Amino acid sequence: MLPHYWPTPVTGDPLIYGADVSIALVSIAILFVLFYYKKWGWLWREWLTTVDHKKIGILYVIAALLMLFRGGVDGLLMRTQLAQPNMHFLESEHYNQVFSTHGTIMILFVAMPFMFALFNIVIPLQIGARDVAFPYLNAISFWMFFFGALLLNISFVIGGSPDAGWVSYAPLTEKQFDPGPGENFYLMALQLSGIGSMATGINFLVTILRMRAPGMTLMRMPLLTWAVLAASIIIIYAFPALTIALALLLIDRVAGAHFFTMGHGGNPMMYTNLFWIWGHPEVYIVLLPVFGVFSEVFPAFSGKRVFGYSSMVASLMAISIVSFLLWAHHFFTMGAGPGVNTYFGIASMAIGIPTGVKVFNWMFTMYRGRIRMTMPMRWAVGFIPNFVIGGATGVMLAAAPGDYQYHNSFFLIAHFHQVLIGGTIYGSLAGMYFWWPKMFGFTLDEKRGRIAFWLWNVGFYVTFFPQYLLGLMGMTRRIYTYPPGMGWTNLNLLSTIGAFLMGLGFIYIVWDILYSTMHRSELKDVTGDPWNARSLEWSLPSPPPHYNFAVVPTVTRRDEWWELKKSGRADVLRPTAQDIEAIHMPNNSGKPIIFSVFFFIVGLGFVFEWYAVIVIGLAGVLATMLLRSVEEDTGHHIPAEEVRHEEMALGRM
Amino acid sequence: MNGDHFLVLNPAGPVARIELHLIVVSIILVLIVVIPVAILLAYITRRYRDHPDNKAPYMPEWSESKVLEIIWWGIPVTIIAILGVYTAYDTFALVKPPEKNATPVTIQVTSLNWKWLFQYPEQGIATVNECDIPVNRPVQFVITANSPMNGFWVPQLGGQEYAMPGMAMRLWLQADHPGIFYGHGGNFTGRGYAKMDFHVVSRPSAQFAQWVQTVKKTAPALTSKGYNQLVSSQNNTPTLFYSSYPAGSFERTIRHQGGMYMQRDLTIIGASK
Ligand code: HEM
Ligand SMILES: [Cu+2]
Repeated sequence: MLPHYWPTPVTGDPLIYGADVSIALVSIAILFVLFYYKKWGWLWREWLTTVDHKKIGILYVIAALLMLFRGGVDGLLMRTQLAQPNMHFLESEHYNQVFSTHGTIMILFVAMPFMFALFNIVIPLQIGARDVAFPYLNAISFWMFFFGALLLNISFVIGGSPDAGWVSYAPLTEKQFDPGPGENFYLMALQLSGIGSMATGINFLVTILRMRAPGMTLMRMPLLTWAVLAASIIIIYAFPALTIALALLLIDRVAGAHFFTMGHGGNPMMYTNLFWIWGHPEVYIVLLPVFGVFSEVFPAFSGKRVFGYSSMVASLMAISIVSFLLWAHHFFTMGAGPGVNTYFGIASMAIGIPTGVKVFNWMFTMYRGRIRMTMPMRWAVGFIPNFVIGGATGVMLAAAPGDYQYHNSFFLIAHFHQVLIGGTIYGSLAGMYFWWPKMFGFTLDEKRGRIAFWLWNVGFYVTFFPQYLLGLMGMTRRIYTYPPGMGWTNLNLLSTIGAFLMGLGFIYIVWDILYSTMHRSELKDVTGDPWNARSLEWSLPSPPPHYNFAVVPTVTRRDEWWELKKSGRADVLRPTAQDIEAIHMPNNSGKPIIFSVFFFIVGLGFVFEWYAVIVIGLAGVLATMLLRSVEEDTGHHIPAEEVRHEEMALGRM
Repeated sequence: MNGDHFLVLNPAGPVARIELHLIVVSIILVLIVVIPVAILLAYITRRYRDHPDNKAPYMPEWSESKVLEIIWWGIPVTIIAILGVYTAYDTFALVKPPEKNATPVTIQVTSLNWKWLFQYPEQGIATVNECDIPVNRPVQFVITANSPMNGFWVPQLGGQEYAMPGMAMRLWLQADHPGIFYGHGGNFTGRGYAKMDFHVVSRPSAQFAQWVQTVKKTAPALTSKGYNQLVSSQNNTPTLFYSSYPAGSFERTIRHQGGMYMQRDLTIIGASK
């Protein structure tokens, strides 16, 4: 069978190609070092086959940072092109590819892995568990995400990138208007990583409901755990809509169906609806977990209980339901009629209520506390003004007749960057600084971190405030160039300058990480509780042993660790020799990565419509599943003696 | 940058004015939350720093207050209730002609790759990338696409409505003074999208009638062949004028693009004939 397309090398913009090449070079350099020091076995045993939630979490952080670099380069390319009218830095086709991959990467391959990093690194430790409910599935989630991201990233190099925006609306994405494999890359990349996300949602829902330490009732759970529970529920209900939308569009493209073309009775408006039925809840999937982060960071660095715990829980749960009832606010202009627009408008504003309540609760957590301006706290405090403005412009957008004027203008762009950067990214960074010592055993340097924060924070406002104004000046999104004489020039230039400041901020964050790694002995966290924080993970050494808790703690109230410290009884969480029993842990396995490689092959097959390749890939997927299901022994016991030794070595006994 | 460049803030007709009014109301209402939060945040983070000689009260266990919680559930609820009423009122107002007493004009708009075609069923003329309208008369735009989904947006006259293949969307706009207004496609349609700008020219009624006559006399006719070329050429074009266009081409386009399945849209174009 002749393939429909032959991949042609280097189809994209040379600069993007450069960004991808530098990612590839970094990877090759790492591989070379591993090869040179004969660390292959170590890499395979310790990382590629791991089912340890802590290591999987670290893999997510690395992936998120790498993808933030790639997405950031996309952003800077766009801003460079828009710095002046009629620039010839990028041509239309390239610009369209760049904004499409920018959005897709930032939401799916930066925001999502940051969330999953948090889920993985913190949740089991925080609820007193030794791993997640389904560790093997957890590894599959990571590798499906990884190969999904890889698929999207190689599109620049072979075959061409998607170029219809991260929303990928039909009918623009139908074969008729968008031939070539680019759009298929988008569809398959999201489909693969979507499988991973769905599995993560299920995994953490079950983990949180079933694996909490004895005594940790729901209302004693830390707020991050609540937030992850809410986000997991949203994932489980939202992702199927995306899966269906992508699958139907793929069938349209490769099999000539008409789900989303008007001909033969299909309807593109159905795609728009399905996409946002996932898409709006998605913004809360990447937001609720960072709400959780802030609910840990503010109390920890204010030396004070979180304010209004029940109200916080209620608003999380309210958001997880209401977020499903607002999707049509993304297309007030699609002519659904005044009744529909009024309903979706008011419902959208209403979600601002629980969100606003949370902001007040965070502020009153600091009120009458004792604030320590550490790095996590700096990102958390920086988040508040950012997010309040983003929420305010969200409410403005939700007033439908106002939205008729903002829709698809730069005003909208400014809104969602304000909430996504100011919320999701600030929160992820706050979380990264906060739990970094728990992951690696040393804190990140303050001085360099502070410079990074200020570059980023100032850069942020300089980039996005002009964009609100540009929107009001009539500048639409997704245009690769604009004429002079509209009054847009100076504001665009300013926005570009801000973007480069943020780029510099990113470099400083990377530098902070490298610097701190080099000076890790001075920054070492010997206590396991470097911030004097409140929840159970801080009762463990940094980094915690493989099995987390030698003896599973019993919880009697909220902020158990803080209360014990306060009453001078922190030692009760240390294991005693007679309490230690053999610990059952899951085995590492190479199957998750192999399974995902086969899925990657299926993805490539669909992208280029090579049916034989699809069949080979699917056969591999089925074979790995079969092998796994006949596997008898998927776990092992760590003998009590070994646990005792380890705890002794950690100075815990 | 000067004030005139803020197109949304310089409405030239009742629709854009209603929208601007709602925008202003919404800004004022959200500021009721934004400003106190900003002040409180500055105050709190300054006052409660952790240094040894800070005399401010420290209450590590204080974490509940019914009164405070009622206040901050109550304020946003009130704000949203007020804004909700305004929103509902304006949303319903904008689907009607802005003025009841003047006779409306109908203009059929088609998004093509990558230009805008305007057809005047009452005058029998057509234009590309320029749309002329009489002042002070409601204009009923009936919008479709013979291209991927686009949006029809003239910021100074009013907010946008999507242009979709096989569908007929109705948008009421009106200019209340003569002028030239910038417009642009509102939804990405591919390679030539960035240059899909057009302008709307509003003229007093007499001059509008005169303009129609001039186009009829001086411009070439848009033949069926010309129409098909326009649709399939896949490029941006300059402003074009046509003294006539193939009868029924707008309705046919909608029907062929899938409108035959859309009862509602067929009614709209039936009504707009
Ligand atoms: C007070 C709460 C919020 C309200 C009322 C709100 C309202 C809206 C509305 C009405 C739109 C559609 C505007 C248009 O397309 O014309 C929109 C777009 C968007 N919002 Fe929000 N929003 C809120 C918070 C958030 C948050 C917290 C996030 C993310 C963390 C977010 C992310 C987005 C994104 C990504 C888009 C646009 C996506 C696109 O078209 O590419 N919003 N918002
Ligand atoms: Cu939304």
